[in-house]
Amino acid sequence: MYRILEAEVLADRTYRMVVHAPNVAHACEPGQFLIVRAKEESERIALTICDYDREKETVTIVFQTIGESSYRIAEFKAGDSFADVVGPLGNPAEYVKEPIEEVRKRHYLLVGGGLGTAPVYPQAKWLKDHGVDVDVIIGTRSRDTLIMEQEMIDAVGEEHVFVTTDDGSYKRHGMVTAVIEDLVKNEGRHYDRCVSIGPMIMMKFCVKMTKQLGIPTIVSMNPIMVDGTGMCGACRLVVGDEVKFACVDGPEFDGFLVDFDSAMKRMKLYKTEEGRRLLKYQEGSTHHGNCGNC
Amino acid sequence: MAIEVDMMKKVPVSEQDPAKRAKNFDEVCLGYTEEEAMAEATRCLQCKNPKCVEGCPVRINIPGFIEKIKAGDHAGAYEVIGEASSLPAVCGRVCPQETQCEGRCIRGIKGEAVSIGKLERFAADWAAEHGISPVKKTEKKGKKVAVIGAGPSGLTCAGDLAKMGYEVTIFEALHKAGGVLVYGIPEFRLPKDKVVSKEIENVKALGVEIKTDYIIGRSETVDELMDAQGFEAVYIASGAGLPMFMHIPGEQALGVYSANEYLTRANLMKAYRDDYDTPINIGKKTVVVGGGNVAMDAARTALRLGSEVTVVYRRSEKELPARVEEVHHAKEEGIEFALLTNPVEILEDEEGLVKGIRVIKMELGEPDASGRRRPVEIPGSEYEIECDAVIMALGTTPNPLIPGTTEGLEITKKKCIVSDEETGATSRPGVFAGGDCATGAATVILAMGAGRKAAAGIDSYLSGK
Repeated sequence: MYRILEAEVLADRTYRMVVHAPNVAHACEPGQFLIVRAKEESERIALTICDYDREKETVTIVFQTIGESSYRIAEFKAGDSFADVVGPLGNPAEYVKEPIEEVRKRHYLLVGGGLGTAPVYPQAKWLKDHGVDVDVIIGTRSRDTLIMEQEMIDAVGEEHVFVTTDDGSYKRHGMVTAVIEDLVKNEGRHYDRCVSIGPMIMMKFCVKMTKQLGIPTIVSMNPIMVDGTGMCGACRLVVGDEVKFACVDGPEFDGFLVDFDSAMKRMKLYKTEEGRRLLKYQEGSTHHGNCGNC
Repeated sequence: MAIEVDMMKKVPVSEQDPAKRAKNFDEVCLGYTEEEAMAEATRCLQCKNPKCVEGCPVRINIPGFIEKIKAGDHAGAYEVIGEASSLPAVCGRVCPQETQCEGRCIRGIKGEAVSIGKLERFAADWAAEHGISPVKKTEKKGKKVAVIGAGPSGLTCAGDLAKMGYEVTIFEALHKAGGVLVYGIPEFRLPKDKVVSKEIENVKALGVEIKTDYIIGRSETVDELMDAQGFEAVYIASGAGLPMFMHIPGEQALGVYSANEYLTRANLMKAYRDDYDTPINIGKKTVVVGGGNVAMDAARTALRLGSEVTVVYRRSEKELPARVEEVHHAKEEGIEFALLTNPVEILEDEEGLVKGIRVIKMELGEPDASGRRRPVEIPGSEYEIECDAVIMALGTTPNPLIPGTTEGLEITKKKCIVSDEETGATSRPGVFAGGDCATGAATVILAMGAGRKAAAGIDSYLSGK
């Protein structure tokens, strides 16, 4: 059992938990993820690692409630336990394994969209701690959905954090792509690498922009997974005409090569099935009166 | 009532009625009763030079345990099997006996071979019902061995090493021990609680510790196990790995699964049960591509979930790699076979959902490298099969995780770990490997055989140290 030490609500439908998971905490690096199972009957769901503490043997997860399984997890309080927390899974970010002198020569732009802000955080922290120049863009729907702004400022400095909201309710107004363009074209900033993590549609457009600007871009893919260890093949993606598996070949890929359209299509797979499960969980039944529609 | 035995024929075993079992996940074969087992045991000729033992990858003393059953000493029979096998209830159910022990049986020359598999299963089930488990070794060697993967190969190796007095820890990546026995082989062929869990408990009873949720190559590398955690030898039995696809148009469509994914959802995650959360998309018409045991398992699982099922296989019935019994069961249950047929494209609707599969007729040409006649396309013979789910059961490629994180571990062109067939030794001293990660996808019993040889190899390596 893996005990939850802290549990809090960050924003609407967005939760943060600190979990005791020694096997993950002592080895995980930025870019990797983990899988949790709430209890014996639950699904295995892949979540990003938002922070870790090797001494306390804890990892921090941030997630949104989407389907039944995430709703169940959101009900957990400090003191409750997960049946399973397994990881770290996937490969660390490429710079973790590169000679640090090489990495220090580059200027990094990290782009976090919505929940994607959470996995960007350990990357920002790692790069800053290793003396690498880094700017961070946080994109979110509105002020209410913004997460981790203060943590990010604490990690990389206020002058390196750029927040933008779709509705203009806080700081900059507009999409992350507009901010990228602004920073490069109007504010004279130069970047050698971009790491973009967020909804697939955001990553798709982000890559379109960075391609125009000539900034090599890494994206982090989170397709449907079952085991997450290189066995089931559910997380397959088309990357540069090759079939790749996010769990063992990724989750980070060259954004210029990822086929986002087919990846987005595959995300829909369990929508109906999962939606039904959620309905059943929240309302006790999926059968509301023989309407014939379900 | 005494059972009349026809020496030329196997004592028949009861099975669930096909029409009934096509709708449930209960075990198909019901196994021998005590009377049936004792009657079948009388058919064994007790050969001085038993060919059946030669055919067994773990070399069970087959005439020895059958003689015990004949005499009604079922605990004794279980003990004889236990000398060679740590998982008899599993092997009695899933081994391809017809090509191994039973394939060599002298009775089989003129009549039907002795039903060795069913007798093994009987002895193991009898022991489980009577609460008999293997005895823990008290003498300790004071040496630690790590086993990576709690599948059939890892469990066998761990069990054998524990019996020799080694302190063994198994590291398992999934949340449950058993490997392919829990994620791959379906409940109706191998019951999980009744059979697999009990066998694993028996391995634990020998003193083996199993750590689940533990990924070697990520949490810890093989080198760290040896350098920092004090393991003097490591046995890698991490299994087969990632599923293969055909690389035909439409394979990314919604409703195309690998057999691994489909079976993992159904077996490990118990998606077929209402009280479990993991979803599974049930097609109305499912096409399974492939002809091995995994294809049969996927087809029969889809059928039980409520789908009509067609198996598409590019060669003829004779070349089907699946066990004869599995093909026979599948047909009895109403699964269609489109033989000498190969997919060329998966068809999808505007939403990206599978709506059919375009296939082409094949004929057999000259023999290929495997000795089987190569299937050749018949031009202009394409047609479409309507379906809303496609399951690809085409085999697997090895998982790159451990070779990629272990210094100096040699791999083959096909990315399997290079290991000595007799000892399991790899290019790294103290590191051994066997089962699917070394051979590519094969059978449970071959993986167990490799585990057994590696245990002996590790023992001789550590004894000489």
